[in-house]
Amino acid sequence: MKPTDISAPDYFHKVVDCQWACPAHTPVPEYIRLIAEGRYSDAYMINWRSNVFPGILGRTCDRPCEPACRRGRVEETPVAICRLKRVAADFKDDVRHRMPRPGPKNGKRIALVGGGPASLAVARDLAPLGYHCTVFDSDPKAGGMMRSQIPKFRLPDAVIDEETDYILNLGIEFKGGHRVDSLKKLLAENYDAIFVGSGAPRGRELDIPGRKEAAKNIHIGIDWLSSVSFGHTEKIGKRVIVLGGGNTAMDCCRTARRLGGDEVKVVVRSGFEEMKASPWEKEDAMHEDIPILNFMVPVAFIHDNGKLTGVTFQKVKAEYDAMGRRNLIPSGEPDETIECDDVLVAVGQENAFPWIERDCGIEFDKWNMPKVDPKTFASTNPKVFFGGDAAFGPKNIIWAVAHGHDAALSIHKMISGEDINERPLPEVHVTSQKMGIHEWSYDNDISTDQRFKVPHRDKVIALKDIRAEVELGYDVKLALGEAHRCLNCDVQTVFSAPLCIECDACVDICPMDCITFTENGEEDDLRQRLNAPAPHHDQALYVQDGLKTGRIMAKDEDVCLHCGLCAERCPTGAWDMQKYLIDMTHAGSTCQSKARSAA
Amino acid sequence: MTYIAKPKFHHPGLPKNELGYTHRDYEGKISTLCAGCGHDSITASIIEACYELSIEPHRVAKISGIGCSSKTPDYFLGNSHGFNSVHGRMPSVLTGANLANRELIYLGVSGDGDSASIGFGQFAHSIRRGVNMTYIVENNGVYGLTKGQFSATADFGSKSKKGVTNTDNAIDLVAIALQLGATFVARSFSGDKTQLVPLIAAAIRHKGASFIDVISPCIAFNNHAGSTKSFDYVREHNDAVNRLDVLVGRDPISVDYAPGTVQVVEQHDGTRLALRKLDADYDPHDRLGAQNFLQKHAAKGQIVTGLLYVDPEADDLHAHLNTVETPLNTMDERALCPGSAALEKINASLR
Repeated sequence: MKPTDISAPDYFHKVVDCQWACPAHTPVPEYIRLIAEGRYSDAYMINWRSNVFPGILGRTCDRPCEPACRRGRVEETPVAICRLKRVAADFKDDVRHRMPRPGPKNGKRIALVGGGPASLAVARDLAPLGYHCTVFDSDPKAGGMMRSQIPKFRLPDAVIDEETDYILNLGIEFKGGHRVDSLKKLLAENYDAIFVGSGAPRGRELDIPGRKEAAKNIHIGIDWLSSVSFGHTEKIGKRVIVLGGGNTAMDCCRTARRLGGDEVKVVVRSGFEEMKASPWEKEDAMHEDIPILNFMVPVAFIHDNGKLTGVTFQKVKAEYDAMGRRNLIPSGEPDETIECDDVLVAVGQENAFPWIERDCGIEFDKWNMPKVDPKTFASTNPKVFFGGDAAFGPKNIIWAVAHGHDAALSIHKMISGEDINERPLPEVHVTSQKMGIHEWSYDNDISTDQRFKVPHRDKVIALKDIRAEVELGYDVKLALGEAHRCLNCDVQTVFSAPLCIECDACVDICPMDCITFTENGEEDDLRQRLNAPAPHHDQALYVQDGLKTGRIMAKDEDVCLHCGLCAERCPTGAWDMQKYLIDMTHAGSTCQSKARSAA
Repeated sequence: MTYIAKPKFHHPGLPKNELGYTHRDYEGKISTLCAGCGHDSITASIIEACYELSIEPHRVAKISGIGCSSKTPDYFLGNSHGFNSVHGRMPSVLTGANLANRELIYLGVSGDGDSASIGFGQFAHSIRRGVNMTYIVENNGVYGLTKGQFSATADFGSKSKKGVTNTDNAIDLVAIALQLGATFVARSFSGDKTQLVPLIAAAIRHKGASFIDVISPCIAFNNHAGSTKSFDYVREHNDAVNRLDVLVGRDPISVDYAPGTVQVVEQHDGTRLALRKLDADYDPHDRLGAQNFLQKHAAKGQIVTGLLYVDPEADDLHAHLNTVETPLNTMDERALCPGSAALEKINASLR
């Protein structure tokens, strides 16, 4: 193998699995260390810079970071990254004075359609640069689906208000209750750029017999949630069936439990394991006495002269074809009818752009989605950009934020007359953590604690009050324990071959048998010859040559604990522990010199 | 030294031996030696050899004297028996323990100071008696604990860290072990585990006095230009006569050897030692030849390593003395102390 080029920004970035997996590339270990130090405000600001909504995401994020967390490969469970983010938000001091100020106006006007996370992220990045940002939303308050579709017992209004205000206070013009119904008209108002962050607002229908007749008691999940959120719906029947296996279905069933649903069941077509809902959301639902029935396909709504009485399901089983594709085929068991008073349909969401005229320069693809560049988020109209669910269909908040950062950069470059396809490289800082012979400026003593549970409100109380937040969040002590579980993967093992005397001290001390000195070879061959199995090809081998014996040093990054013992036991300093920080490029970072703030 | 404990986590894919242990289960406490010490690599090699042989840790007694090397038994086999004896007295304590209980595996760990100076006589007698043990000398040529004075194995003409030239002749422990009748003699280098681990494994399975001299660079006081026990010097002057694979039980010889390059030696207990010859003329069954070979190469400044001599049919001290097989700690008082009538009988037989 060729020696690894550790100066490529992506190399060490990938080693920080959580940060690499995060669409917004939040520097996770960095803020977790600050939490451990009790510097909650600093931890919050690091998050705020990357993901814009730490308090909201700390309660609701889909957490792509956690399945990626190295800890999950070392022991059973990853670090509770998401809930630690909430800790930073919960325990911070007043941070208003640390927020950017609106920049001197540059005379450019941006229209943002939809007041959800994508638009707000764009506005957050552009307002400090002097842009005049106008956000349109049909709801009276900002937040989009974060406010309308996420139940208050998961995400209280106060948290949304606080974090949307940080952005709106940057001098953003928010036009609530103002639905944009024509892109043509908006274009005619001569904005310098338009950002479409209108989400995926249409719940998918379930067109089976009885749907029309029993319509009064069949509700589309996201519409129903939004109606509950704004106080228009306050009760539901005693027996409720929720159709669908995603996170919306989980929100529906738990909300129904609080509005009078005593017998709430979730019924899914697929198997339990393949459900789209996050495992922890399924757990929370089941904890509230909601059974999840699987391999059942709804075939008809049963009604008595228009009064819904139940749903009939066909039983299916999964079969896999030669390509490994799953097919649901009838199992041959008799159909089952489950009685109910109401049904909530949560079988997916779709985009809808009835307000975009097809002759205003925006091309649509065969799925009737606008053609959007996945890197620049530009549409085929050079002034119009898309992001969030509006760009590529339903995802989640953290993706919307990531899109927002990239779209803001494109808008800034476009208006500055630069090529939006040229994306500046992120800025990278690598700093040695050595303080003394065996002292490091990070805590390298590995905690063997298991993941700490987040305390929940008592179930009886929680089910009585739809606005009572179920999760209470970590207290300071639990947060400290959980923070210590972080392996500090951003503190990188850096090897210098010219200093190495090949004494094997690092090999002998490494608790994970990551390091091998051996003859060079092709990667597949080399992976067979390491001191411990290296089956994960997505985890890099760090290879350095130039040793006196002609061998190479090969380190499998996969399960390295970043404990620094290799560097402690190295007599010549050939190993060093160096902290890697990456500043993702946001709008404005190309033309502003940035000194990184403390931390 | 390192202040944190070595993390308990281990690689999830770590293989297990017949007993279900990983090599991590054979570790001891974290080393307090200087970072990079060759002794730590020997420790790791002992751990690896015991792991590979699926040795039950409680079947091992590790016995040492005084010195950096003699501290190392604390760093391996944390669940084995241990005795840290007086300076240079490891061989006597080991001999006594072995006589009392022949069922344990005896690891004698010593250094060049411990074995070539204060304990030279002890070393010599335990070897010539043929005590069934694995005697490992972690040989760095200096007194590391007292800041790097030459030891008795430092080569004539080699230089200390401060530039002083050694004017005394060196003791070659391998040559002495050969002369005193050790039935398994090897030399290796702490920086070459692929050679060292099988040698330790073979020595453990050998019945009789096994002696391994392991050159182990002292990072703090003996790893400079002018030293003959530095990493660089040993790597440049290492003349390995063979490479060893230890085959336990009925494992077929799975490694592909070119015909004529391998010599299989079967030991008492069925262990087969597959010796890949690197020096075509070297015969590890020829004690005299080995001595000559060693002297000739030493004169040329070469350090001969590998399995230098093995007598697969060797016996040990117990066989020579015709002692009882049962360990003394499992005998009852009547057997251990048969009474005055028995004593009278013995005395009468000697009159």
